[in-house]
Amino acid sequence: MTPDLMDEGARRIQARLAPAALGQTESGGRTAGFSRIATPGEVDITHGRILYLEDVNVSFDGFKAINNLSLDIAPGELRCIIGPNGAGKTTMMDIITGKTRPDSGTVYFGSTIDLLRHNEPEIASLGIGRKFQKPTVFEQLSVFENLELALKTHKGVTSSMFFRLDSAQSDRLAEILHTIHLADSVARMAGNLSHGQKQWLEIGMLLMQDPKLLLLDEPVAGMTDEETARTAELFLTLKGKHSLMVVEHDMSFIRTISEIVTVLCDGSVLAQGTLDQVQADERVIEVYLGR
Amino acid sequence: MTTPSPIQLPAPAPLLTRSGWSAFIVALIVVCAVAPVLNLWVPAGSMFYLSDYAVALLGKIMCYAICALAMDLIWGYTGILSLGHGLFFALGGYVMGMYLMRQIGRDGNYKSDLPDFMVFLDWKELPWHWALSDSFVATLILIVAVPGLIAFVFGYFAFRSRIKGVYFSIITQAMTYAAMLLFFRNETGFGGNNGFTDFKRILGMPLATQNMRMTLFVLTGVTLLVFFLLARWLVRSKFGRVLQAVRDAETRVMFSGYSPLPYKLTIWTISAMMCGVAGALYVPQVGIINPGEMSAANSIEIAVWAAVGGRATLIGPIVGAFIVNGAKSWLTVTAPEFWLYFLGALFIAVTLFLPDGVVGLVKKLKKNNNKKTEGAAP
Repeated sequence: MTPDLMDEGARRIQARLAPAALGQTESGGRTAGFSRIATPGEVDITHGRILYLEDVNVSFDGFKAINNLSLDIAPGELRCIIGPNGAGKTTMMDIITGKTRPDSGTVYFGSTIDLLRHNEPEIASLGIGRKFQKPTVFEQLSVFENLELALKTHKGVTSSMFFRLDSAQSDRLAEILHTIHLADSVARMAGNLSHGQKQWLEIGMLLMQDPKLLLLDEPVAGMTDEETARTAELFLTLKGKHSLMVVEHDMSFIRTISEIVTVLCDGSVLAQGTLDQVQADERVIEVYLGR
Repeated sequence: MTTPSPIQLPAPAPLLTRSGWSAFIVALIVVCAVAPVLNLWVPAGSMFYLSDYAVALLGKIMCYAICALAMDLIWGYTGILSLGHGLFFALGGYVMGMYLMRQIGRDGNYKSDLPDFMVFLDWKELPWHWALSDSFVATLILIVAVPGLIAFVFGYFAFRSRIKGVYFSIITQAMTYAAMLLFFRNETGFGGNNGFTDFKRILGMPLATQNMRMTLFVLTGVTLLVFFLLARWLVRSKFGRVLQAVRDAETRVMFSGYSPLPYKLTIWTISAMMCGVAGALYVPQVGIINPGEMSAANSIEIAVWAAVGGRATLIGPIVGAFIVNGAKSWLTVTAPEFWLYFLGALFIAVTLFLPDGVVGLVKKLKKNNNKKTEGAAP
């Protein structure tokens, strides 16, 4: 073999690999196809769906809370869920986060992770963050400590015993303190915050987890108009980097942030589309105003 | 977006503050030097003389203080009220008691190799669970291993089933009661309702001497101080903050990616082991261990000490153990019939007026004082 031939060969190999190395495909640089290797714990969004629910059923003592619910969410999407009381919005979130087991149906995170096989802490570690309807923060700990606990890191007993915040983590924490407008309250007890601030702190704790999908149950309940406007702004910046599922009753808030709105009623999807489309839908008007 | 201005993030809290360390050193000196000198070298007539009775009493209370400290870890910080910690205390005591029984050798009433109660029951050889009771090293290991293992197994099933709050407390109460009934029986080989007593020696040295009493006293004091540091290290680590988070909002802890089971189980087992050590130090000092230590009331009393002193403060429960037991030994001498009324009244008063205990009250007074002085300054 001569050096010329070797150079020639190297050029040819590089030319063949070049398009793949660009990584512009939807599969994140990997070759799409049947022989792709699924990495455990990694969310596979090559099929364009980050969350996928199909034919989910749950009943509590005979009452069908969720009835053949099918729903999917694209990566980076901000989806609003509305619906009258008892439509199953919170139950749906309970199912996704592992709190409630459905009687039947499939729930997938990406195309490979079956969420029904995991418990709450595992699902949280996979990258699904959840904000509760009632703000839930650690009241006896400071704002700083609340965020530090939520930080994405090893969460075993021994690693917690010897945990020290490194500089990258401190920077991230400081950045989120700014994002949630609590930079002046670092050392305050979370229990002493106002209702709106607690909502923000909880959102901040979700962001510390760096989730791929955020489930937000009534995030602006009890907020002032100004706080609501700031929240809308925050959600719009999160969109694209994260997928969001927002349950809200505040229609003007939804109008500011939404692209697609899903209407739930009696545990299944009643209508889906832009806010104007669903508001014009006869069936939606019926369930909201009564017959 | 504007560039964020730098924020001063709070630095991690030190193990003890400067004044905390000074107080710790003072306590260490008092236990290791002042008390022995006052007891052993000061003549009995002097006003500085520390009587043998006081040494015995303080030694006993320090054992109780270890239990109260252990209770604070599980109740004060993790929010799990155990009403069965008396069991772990008694188990540590029984392990030590078995060793002390074997140390009696042939000096018992029946001049036999076997402990007296076994001769009385006409047993010919030691039961299997006494096999390691001859070895002091094995005894030291078992003092932590037995309460630790029982707590681990019990805790694993209770926490895995997500048993919480008052249900957990009731089950722990039932657990210690069941154990008491088991130990009361003669055939289980723990001396029945008389338990173990008439100890003569430890490590071949006589127990009933002033020097030995003082040695045990110092050992107890040092153990208490070391356990305090250990507890302090645990609660100021992120581990300790997760425990407090479990207490305040367990679902949030789960949705933050922590599995609460190993956290609860770890602190529960550590707490039980501490109680076991306290029991093992207690038995040679008081000279008796019987199933009465496992009675329901004893476990409840541990919780009372912690509540009186102030939960989730570490120092509070230690103070509480001294206050309540000091009052107990004084009242049971001067007005024995009033002791139980006093205990009941104290518990009600603390629950109603001092939810944060004595230490909480002191903190509040200090804060008010600071406010006043700040208010006075222009």
